[in-house]
Amino acid sequence: MEPYLKMVNVSKTFPGVRALRDVSLEVARGEVLALIGENGAGKSTLMKVLTGVYRPDNSPDTKIIIDGFEISIESPTHARSRGISIIYQELATVSNLTVAENIFLAREPLTKLGLIDHKTINRCSRELLDSLNMDINLKSLVGELSLGQQMMVEIAKAISYDAKILVMDEPTASLSYKETVTLMNLIRDMKAKGIGIIYISHRLEEIFEIADRVTILRDGVSVGTLPVAEATKEILVRKMVDRDLLDIFVKNESFTQSEVILKAENIRNIKRKNELGGVQLQNISFELRRGEILGFSGLVGSGRTETMELLFGMHPYKGDIYLSGKKLHMKSPRDAIDAGIGFATEDRKQLGLVLDMTVRENISLPSLESISNMQLVNKTKEREICKRHVDTLSIKTPSTEQATINLSGGNQQKVVLAKWLQLAPRVLIVDEPTRGIDIGAKAEVHSLLTELASKGVAIILVSSELSEILAMSDRIIVLREGAIAGEFTQQEATQDKIIACAFGSGEIIGKAV
Amino acid sequence: MKKDISEDLGKSGRGALKSFFVKLASIRELTVFAVVLALGFGIALFSPYFLRLNNIMSIVRTLSTTTIMAIGMTMVIITGGIDLSVGSVLGLAGMFTAMSFSHNYPPILCVMLGLSAGLVCGFINGLLITAVNLPPFIATLGTMSICRGLIYVITRGNPLTPALADGYKFIGQGYIGVVPMPVVIMLILVVAFQFCMKQTRFGRYVYALGGNEQASRLSGVKTKRVKLQVYTIAGFLSAIAGVILYARMTSAEAAAGLGEEMNVIAATVIGGASMSGGSGSVIGALIGAVLIGVIKNGMVLLNINSYAQQAVTGIVILLAVGIDMFRQKKD
Repeated sequence: MEPYLKMVNVSKTFPGVRALRDVSLEVARGEVLALIGENGAGKSTLMKVLTGVYRPDNSPDTKIIIDGFEISIESPTHARSRGISIIYQELATVSNLTVAENIFLAREPLTKLGLIDHKTINRCSRELLDSLNMDINLKSLVGELSLGQQMMVEIAKAISYDAKILVMDEPTASLSYKETVTLMNLIRDMKAKGIGIIYISHRLEEIFEIADRVTILRDGVSVGTLPVAEATKEILVRKMVDRDLLDIFVKNESFTQSEVILKAENIRNIKRKNELGGVQLQNISFELRRGEILGFSGLVGSGRTETMELLFGMHPYKGDIYLSGKKLHMKSPRDAIDAGIGFATEDRKQLGLVLDMTVRENISLPSLESISNMQLVNKTKEREICKRHVDTLSIKTPSTEQATINLSGGNQQKVVLAKWLQLAPRVLIVDEPTRGIDIGAKAEVHSLLTELASKGVAIILVSSELSEILAMSDRIIVLREGAIAGEFTQQEATQDKIIACAFGSGEIIGKAV
Repeated sequence: MKKDISEDLGKSGRGALKSFFVKLASIRELTVFAVVLALGFGIALFSPYFLRLNNIMSIVRTLSTTTIMAIGMTMVIITGGIDLSVGSVLGLAGMFTAMSFSHNYPPILCVMLGLSAGLVCGFINGLLITAVNLPPFIATLGTMSICRGLIYVITRGNPLTPALADGYKFIGQGYIGVVPMPVVIMLILVVAFQFCMKQTRFGRYVYALGGNEQASRLSGVKTKRVKLQVYTIAGFLSAIAGVILYARMTSAEAAAGLGEEMNVIAATVIGGASMSGGSGSVIGALIGAVLIGVIKNGMVLLNINSYAQQAVTGIVILLAVGIDMFRQKKD
């Protein structure tokens, strides 16, 4: 069958950078093509060319063929009218409009009086959602939905534009297990309806589950396309990074019992009136030892991040937290930092970095006091310290004076880690440290954490990626609905056990994740 | 993007000459400064009086109080806030000083009372914003009205004109060499606060807070305390301006500083401060104030209708910020 979409020899040059060189790909109707590659390999650029955000370089060899016709895509609207839609990682829904209003945004049918025809909107939306087996209330505000449901709304909207090719950029990055399963089923439905899907993901497991073929990009060049049936994890990874898989997961050296550093006793958050939503924690107690990596697993919304926020003094709490036997009275993150706790947050851009500030200014921010004489910042010392971290963590940046907004995700994450390393914390909490960063950087982060632990830092690792939790942790605590649902040693833990524990009994979904 | 004028200049010795000039052009403060020079040159062509020392000193003396307030405003805007109360606080500080003089207090005490009025107003602004969690626009809109109202209640609209000590009058009317005293005070404050913002921990925290408040708090910055300090400083600086203005006018008018917040915000924004926080500089605010001062003076010299001045100032603000936005987009 002739593929519905063909991109031939697409190149894209930015001032000073060749982002894509003669990349070709094909997608047939009803096919899922996975597109993989490290961050910066050119996946996003290629998709932006496809959806009309960027124009490809002018070259006689470059062709974009849709449904047999060669066209040049002028704009995102043009792309959409040709049946090409994209779901970005950052969703583009309007949170204070309802589901139905979102689907019909900017093309609302009108009544004779020129007012919005809500009846038609609701009816058409209902039919649309039903046809996609989506169980979402049309009249709820999109802001009240979970991230997974919001993505469903976006997909429904794309389908309602009669999409023939749907691009999904890291759709599962912030979805829970359950939502991921729902999404996989939805993708199968869409396949059956003849929609071609380009699926971008860092999670190889998902690609094996859902994709038909996979195209691998490296440094702006396509290094191969192969049927998923013929691919193995090793092959894909080797093609992506041109390095061996061996150094990807650093197995933690076996941990020997040591003294307890951090002890939480019956901690829970105090619900405040004006705070809607959030998870109510139920008396969480655990101990963390010197040099130990303690994994925290659980579904999205199980209270992992909330627990960490209490340990970092971000909210008022009930219960007791002890550090080296001394009870802490934390009123702000500053108190936690002074006690020797560091927290590399989940959301680098919102919570981890001041993006407009330089690498140097970000790294020194928590430890500025120790780099200053009274109020005066010792910039020479600051530069030296920063330079040292940039070197040891091999942060790729033109200079320490580069604004962090210009760094790639992996390098931003390293800056966040450098911030906390400079403080030499006794306890380091890392929340989703490798989310959205490429495999090379991931391996570096893993080996860094292992090294820290071997130096005696007690580490709490929160991660949605089971393979990461399993490979890195000496002990794993699983949370469910704000309470501890189970605890496993490294020897006991398996993927199945943790999933079962996270979902609660009887709710295990076989092939999930 | 945040541009650091002092650091960029420092690097020039090492960099290639061309990239040096490219860099110069990208520094907001210098661009505005170039506009000031060009404008000054143009005005001088039509009115030679413009370049007379007398005239120049009169321009800078007039803009000194605006600049002093703009220093505080810059810090406030860098945190992502706004302070609408600066004009009223200026008036209130002058009024307190005048009332103290009419009670025959020693001049030092009079000045102190005037300044502490501003300090208290700024502190209240800070509390409203950090403790009551009011948006800065609303909080300072409230205190703006309260302070102005207080002035009218106290004076019933009549100016206060008690006898003043000569030493006090010197603050507003004196000269050091050829430079008017208010300008000297302004320059000292600009240098001090430029240094404070670029070289101290406090300055770094102010920029960090404006760039990303949440991330700063999670990095251990006591964000509420820093904000409280910033608004208090802004109130204090407005009071300094009030004390100077009163010493120059020797009459505390009920309408002193009325609407001045707009000039102050304009100077700050022309000087490169972004209303979304995180960028701006004290030097920039000075240059912005100079630009406005030169335009006003030029229009007087060129006999342009004084009613049109306001409109021209507005156009300059839109041009300055609009061009900057356009350039950033191009980057």
